[in-house]
Amino acid sequence: MGAGTMTHKGQPSGGGAMAMMALWGLLALFAITMGAKAADTPFAIHMFIFALAAILALIFKARSFGKPAPDTSGYMDEVVRYGAIATVFWGVVGFLVGLVIALQLAYPAWNPDLEWFNFGRLRPLHTSAVVFAFGGNALLCTSFYVVQRTNRTRLALGNLAWFVFWGYQLFIVLAATGYLLGVTEGREYAEPEWYVDLWLTVVWVAYFLVFFGTLLQRKESHIYVANWFYLAFIVTIAMLHIVNNLSIPVSVFGSKSYSLFSGVQDALTQWWYGHNAVGFFLTAGFLGMMYYFIPKRANRPVYSYRLSIVHFWSLIFLYIWAGPHHLHYTALPDWAQTLGMVFSIMLWMPSWGGMINGLMTLSGAWDKLRTDPVLRMMVISVAFYGMSTFEGPMMSIKSVNSLSHYTDWTIGHVHSGALGWVGMISMACVYHLIPRLYGQKEVYSLPLVSWHVWLATLGIVVYAAAMWVAGIMQGLIWREYDANGFLAYSFVETVAAMHPYYVIRAFGGALFLAGSLIMVYNLYRTIRGAQPVSQPVGMVSAAA
Amino acid sequence: MAIQTEKDDVSGTATTGHSWDGIRELNTPLPRWWLYTFYGCVIWAIGYTILYPAWPLPGGATQGILGWSSRGQFAQQMQAAAAAQKDTVDRIAAMSLPDIMKDPKLLAYAQAGGAAAFKVNCVQCHGAGAAGGKGYPNLNDDDWLWGGSPEAIYTTLRHGIRYTDDPNTRDSQMPSFGIDGILTPEQIDQVANHVLALSGETADAGKAEAGKQIFAENCAACHGEDGKGNREFGAPNLTDRLWLYGGGIDNIKAQIVKPSMGVMPGWTKRLDDATIKELAIYVHSLGGGEAPVTQ
Repeated sequence: MGAGTMTHKGQPSGGGAMAMMALWGLLALFAITMGAKAADTPFAIHMFIFALAAILALIFKARSFGKPAPDTSGYMDEVVRYGAIATVFWGVVGFLVGLVIALQLAYPAWNPDLEWFNFGRLRPLHTSAVVFAFGGNALLCTSFYVVQRTNRTRLALGNLAWFVFWGYQLFIVLAATGYLLGVTEGREYAEPEWYVDLWLTVVWVAYFLVFFGTLLQRKESHIYVANWFYLAFIVTIAMLHIVNNLSIPVSVFGSKSYSLFSGVQDALTQWWYGHNAVGFFLTAGFLGMMYYFIPKRANRPVYSYRLSIVHFWSLIFLYIWAGPHHLHYTALPDWAQTLGMVFSIMLWMPSWGGMINGLMTLSGAWDKLRTDPVLRMMVISVAFYGMSTFEGPMMSIKSVNSLSHYTDWTIGHVHSGALGWVGMISMACVYHLIPRLYGQKEVYSLPLVSWHVWLATLGIVVYAAAMWVAGIMQGLIWREYDANGFLAYSFVETVAAMHPYYVIRAFGGALFLAGSLIMVYNLYRTIRGAQPVSQPVGMVSAAA
Repeated sequence: MAIQTEKDDVSGTATTGHSWDGIRELNTPLPRWWLYTFYGCVIWAIGYTILYPAWPLPGGATQGILGWSSRGQFAQQMQAAAAAQKDTVDRIAAMSLPDIMKDPKLLAYAQAGGAAAFKVNCVQCHGAGAAGGKGYPNLNDDDWLWGGSPEAIYTTLRHGIRYTDDPNTRDSQMPSFGIDGILTPEQIDQVANHVLALSGETADAGKAEAGKQIFAENCAACHGEDGKGNREFGAPNLTDRLWLYGGGIDNIKAQIVKPSMGVMPGWTKRLDDATIKELAIYVHSLGGGEAPVTQ
């Protein structure tokens, strides 16, 4: 695949289409062969899923023969439409699984006697569904939308963007089914096994080519700040993904592999990856969203160009060193712990630079918060971003970390960032995008958006507050000594003490999920009966 | 420059002159408070890395001028805690169990220490309230398999039960009367009914009567003629209606066919002698403790 088989307008030539079909057919045959020789059942299942996907791609390609070439003069928005809908779909799946595992923690009876659905397997399903499926699709579709408009050019490399979209969905399906089947590398947020990692690498390189190719053919002399963040996200995630997943398969026909690293090197590599998955996947990419959609929605200029430069480069430079703060008071050498901590502290202001630029862009438009719940959602999300990027550096301080580490405070911190910042900005962008992609002025019901905003906000506050109390209590109980110097509590007593907060947390999650279901209804009513529209290249998109 | 900057009406600040899809940028200077806080964090970070271990260099990382290390801090805190307890612990280690229990202060200390050690080491089998469970003895009652004096509990804790790593462990084996074919299924049914009757529970009178002789020939050597058990072998008392592996005819029969026999580790490799003494005193104090052997 690639540019060679496409005309510059993006339609496959006859020979090119034949070559593509042959390629998909060969891939299907290859996957079937691998599946037939599989050393374990999950690998066989995964190879047949892979083969099925290749056959579907082949059929799709064959059916396009003889059809008139689609109009490729405007922006390539169909893939953005698919991405926006996938974002909503995976979001609801991820939130629902989150609620289930919250209930499993509060009420152990929710763990069934089926190994596929116990907490240990559903937990990575939840984290990957929200981070990579929901967040990832939001990043894909908004980056495709933004990069075209801010560079006044259609996406580069023809239909490669479609390969990125569907290839990424295949990655999600392989990862999710793998977790349920017990296929895991045991690396947090990087659980998929070696062959799924290889597939994601292929998809990610294609993503980079589309995005970077689009930047190269831009009609603007300068690259807009949102695209800096998207590009930093794409490039850094490629590096993190490849290095952290370096591993040797036990058999090329089997699902199990072993990491190239061991011991504390393994731990450090994992948290270098893990923290920068937060920094570049969940922060940089979403700042890209913020930089386009907030000024667009508020119809105001970005507050400070200079701040965007300084906070971009300082954020990019500092984030990559902060990972060791996940390994305080472990076998990691003290010097590495120190550096992880001081880089995290220095990261505070670069993070807040983004928050300031997001919030202050509203100066002159604050009144819109009364009438526009979508903008309100964006602003709340940026406020949560500011809060969690203060909390994060604070928790990286060793004396704070000695209390907070291994407690549910960390879970609360992650969720104020994930639900508050990532979740809210993504859903607000979807609220902005969907009507515009379907030729509507606004979503079906703004009051319903308002309900969503407040349900979600309340849910996050309940969730985070419960986890703060639970986590700090847990940490204090662990270190409680009596007058004679004896430990006052056993571990199981902390578990019992957590129960009420686990119930409250599940309630907060239910509120958040309820808000997202309102969103599904609202977007369904927006799309129903509406026609997809194609925006001509160079036409300025409507603000709110 | 072809780029035309313009003035924003709301803020009075000039834009950079670019416009991307209608989005413009103001050329606002960096907020001063933001910049100085950022500088402050950087200066603090540099200072911290001078004080603490930080920079990796060819011959090893800088150690920091405070000489701090996490291992050092840990050792220091452990030493301080041990020093604070040293006098009391030394006395407990040197004294006999009855003497410790006669000193109210030492007794209270030992019970607190035993409770803390129990929470970490014992609750996994005996439960947080020491009430045990099926196969794991309840330590709150006065039904002791191997003895309930402080000394007997201390010995059990030190050497364990059927604990293969300790040659002095408490040990005994009950034969598998069923699977080894020592008794027929009918005989097992009869003797089980006899055992039920020993505890005064409802049993088939005819079978129980027939089981009496079988009991005398096969069971009494360990459990005693009257079924009251023998602590030398850890043989349970069968007359008290307390059933470690469950009451009722089926559980009793299963225990005769192929007995379950509990294992408990000896703790000398994991806990120091003072802690084991504290644990013995704590368990002894739970409710069923018997008088010390030596007064």
